[in-house]
This record gives sequence, C-alpha cells and structure tokens, in this order.
Amino acid sequence: MIVAERKPIDEIKGFLTKHDRILLLGCGTCVTVCNAGGEREVGMLGSILRLAGVCKVVEHTIERQCDAEFYEDVYDLANECDAILSMGCGVGVQLAARLFPDKPVYPALNTKFMGINEGAGEWTEACLACGDCKLGIFGGVCPVAQCSKSLANGPCGGSEDGMCEADPNCTECGWQRIYDRLKALDQLEVLEAVEPPRDWSRTHDGGPRRITRPDLGAEE
Amino acid sequence: MSSDTLKSGTNLERVLAAGHFAVTGELGPPKSADISVIDKKAEYLRGMVDAVNLTDNQTAIVRLSSIATGRLLIERGLEPVIQMTCRDRNRLAQQADILGAYALGIRNILCLTGDHQCFGNHPTAKHVFDIDSVQLIRAVYDMREKGVFMCGDEIRNTKKSEIVNPRMFIGGAANPFGDPFELRVIRLAKKVNAGVDFVQTQCIYDMDRFTEWMRQVRNRGLHEKVKILAGLTPLKSLGMAKYMATSVAGVNVPDSYLERMEGAEDAAAEGIKICIEQIEQLRAMEGIAGIHLMAIEWESRVPQIVEGAGLLPRPVMQRSEGES
Repeated sequence: MIVAERKPIDEIKGFLTKHDRILLLGCGTCVTVCNAGGEREVGMLGSILRLAGVCKVVEHTIERQCDAEFYEDVYDLANECDAILSMGCGVGVQLAARLFPDKPVYPALNTKFMGINEGAGEWTEACLACGDCKLGIFGGVCPVAQCSKSLANGPCGGSEDGMCEADPNCTECGWQRIYDRLKALDQLEVLEAVEPPRDWSRTHDGGPRRITRPDLGAEE
Repeated sequence: MSSDTLKSGTNLERVLAAGHFAVTGELGPPKSADISVIDKKAEYLRGMVDAVNLTDNQTAIVRLSSIATGRLLIERGLEPVIQMTCRDRNRLAQQADILGAYALGIRNILCLTGDHQCFGNHPTAKHVFDIDSVQLIRAVYDMREKGVFMCGDEIRNTKKSEIVNPRMFIGGAANPFGDPFELRVIRLAKKVNAGVDFVQTQCIYDMDRFTEWMRQVRNRGLHEKVKILAGLTPLKSLGMAKYMATSVAGVNVPDSYLERMEGAEDAAAEGIKICIEQIEQLRAMEGIAGIHLMAIEWESRVPQIVEGAGLLPRPVMQRSEGES
C-alpha cells in the first residue's frame, strides 16, 4: 500500500494563513490503513487547527481520493470553503486539485513509499513501481527498491553483517537478502549471469506513465 | 611485447603482461582548482609506481575531476588510472567522459560503484546508478573490442568515418571483506565475464580472510583471467587503525595490528613495517599480480614503503616503434 506521514504542523499552518475556512479532506484507503490521513487523523488535525485558531475547519473523509467517482459529496462542502487541505497521498491531492480548479489544494501529508506493514507503527519500502519487474530473477527481493544504489549485479563493498553502508543500524543490505533467499532456494547460480542495464524508459524516466485498457472501455 | 597483442598499450598493462609484480599508487585530487598539491603528490610517486589511480569524488566529496587530474599527471610524465563511479553520471555522461579521457591520452580506467552520497558533503544529492560497475565494465569493453556504444551505435563521426575504439585497459574493484562472503567471488567472476583486465582490492588488513578469498578465486581459475592487485593502506597512527577497524564498512583490522600500533614508540614507522610485511606475504601468494598502494594523504611515505619492500627500481617498459 501507499504509506504516508503527516507533515510538521507548522508547515501545514503555513499553508493556511490566508484562509478563513478550509475543507480538511481525508481518504479511506491506504492512508487510513497507515494511520496518516483517515477519518481519525482528520478529526485530530481538525481539532489542532481549531484550537490553535488557524481557521474554521470542515471535516470530511471519502473512500478513495484517487478516484473521481467518490467525490460526489465533496463539491457542496468545498463550495463553502476557500481552500482544501488534503490528507490523501500525493495522488489524492493532485486529483482534488484537478477537480477543484478554482480552489487552492494543499497537502497535509508527505507521501513516502509503497511498502509493507512490518507490525504496529512500522512500514518499510518495497516497490518503486519501476514498470519492469525482475522479482522473478532475484528471489522475490527487489534490488531496485531494496539496494540503496539499485545495483543489478550484486552488493557493493559496503555490505557488512547483513546491513547497508548507507544506514548500518536500520537498513538491511538488499543483496544480502537476495543472496539468503536464493541460497535457501538453491538458486545461487542465477547470480553468475551479468544482468544487463535496465530500461529506465519503463519507469518515471520515460515521463509520467499511462495505462490504457481498451478491454475496459478506455480509448487507445 | 608488440602492440598487436596489447589491449591498450599502457605501462601498467605492459608491466603486468611481462609478469612483473606491479605497483600502483593513488592520488586523491584536491578539493579546489589549486593544483599545487598534485605537483607535490606526483613527485612522491614518480618512479615509485607503474601507474597512479585518480579517485572520482571519493567518499562522495566534491573534488577536482579524476579525468582532469589524469591529464595533469600525463603532462607531468606519470601514467594515470582514472576512477569512474556510477553514482554521479548516467550512461550518456559516462561514455562521453570515456571518449574525453581517451582523447586526452588516458588509457587506464577503474570502473566503480561509488560510495553512497550520504558519506560526503552533499548528502541531499540525487544519486544516479543508471548502470552499475559490472555493466560499466561491459560498456568499456564493448567500446574497446566492438567499437560500439551501449546502444549499439558504432563509435565514429559519420558512416564513412573510421571507427575509433577507445582502447582502455579496464580495471575494477574487488572487496573480499564485504558480505556476503560467498557472493564476493561470484561478483569477481561476473566482472571477469564482463571483460575486466585487472582488479584492485579493498585495503587488506585481515590476511586470513584475504587468503581464504584468494583460495576461492584460484579454485575458479579467476587469477588466470584477471590481474589481481592487492590493496594496501599503511596505518599512520593508532587513531587511524582504530578508525579503519570500527568505522569503515568492509574493513577489519586484526587485534594483533592494533596492539602493535598501540605498543610502538613510533606508530608511523610501525605502520610502514606492517605494510612491508604484508607486501612480502602477498608476493608469496599465488595469483597476486601486484599491489595497489593507497597511502591516504600519506603519499610522502610511498618511496619508503616501495623501497623497503624491495620493489625498486620499477621496470622500464620498452615501447615498439611507432607507438604513442
């Protein structure tokens, strides 16, 4: 899922200095699950802003901010407000900005990554959406996302005791994990082959990506 | 040896091809365009080593470029090995710089991953890693052997022009001290498959682990396919020894060396003595083609180490007629 965390309160207040009444818009999907921008967090942030006397706050949470079909109730509420503070991920903020062209839309969250819930209050990045998945080669551990240098041909010299040189206290070496996994599967020979350079045009380097599915009704 | 059988014709390649025990040095370019320090360091290394590595923004700190420093060394009569990391440039910039280096007379290149930018003075920088060091080795190899860029285009100005292959002697790094240990030899084998001519290892203090790594290297016959230069960094002081032991990823300094550095009246002299002992151990090891002496900010002591190890004078390689 998409994992986000709330921006520092002063940064949020900084957006709102010129506004009297804002719509604080939560999202019921990923950011609800990661406790960053769901109904509960909307209530908490709304209270903070009201108590601090920043502005009047109208609270509302929709099922998914990344999909226009869930905005039906939002239009009337937005009409009463002079700005929207979105607690959705960066996708939600951008769709809200597109749907309300005459209103400033501000992000209340920093969208961090697509990741795994490791347990209460902990998430780790797992996928960079590179658009050219190689997990089948690397034992289900992604070198693009899990190696700090996205190396395709094995660990750099900075892997020590299973940890990454860039953050030896907290970050595991992705290549140690690939090695452990392939060794357990008795597939270490996979690592003998030189992995060719990646085609980065399939990732964001090719520009914002688009998927069109005519079978679902999209125009080609 | 005639130029026909040489890949690049560099002094380093000739020394290794002739079976001499090679010595390479290292020169860290300055942190400004004041090049007087290059003059000074170059004089310490002159006649002491067969070629000199020029680091490429090492530890992710901005410095005078390795290629520019390499050209300055050529003008001073020393042979450069330019280091090139994958951290700061994408494949377009890397290939452009290889052509540029070649046009400036540079013929040795060391292909590296690059330290993470979090270690340096621009920790908020975006790193590149478009390709990795193995892919860079393959790219330089294909430029030399096939006369093509990574995209497959031939390296020539027009369809009617001659293909001008940049004939580089290709180096890589090997770190026998990083983890996972078993992958270290696999990674060397990959670099050999990609076309590397020589490797320089991470600095060695843990000779037991290095010996075990070399045993695995020989078991796979890799020492017969690539020239292995054993990396050495003399210990200047007890403080440096402790720092290397605790703070540098993939470097393990045995307690025996720490005790010797601590007990010595003259720690610097003890560090040099240890280094010379290591050179003797390495010369006796099958498959070691030379040493790579990384006297970090201590280039002034290189003559003492090389002489103490009996590695002087350095061989003077004859060039055949008509060679540049």
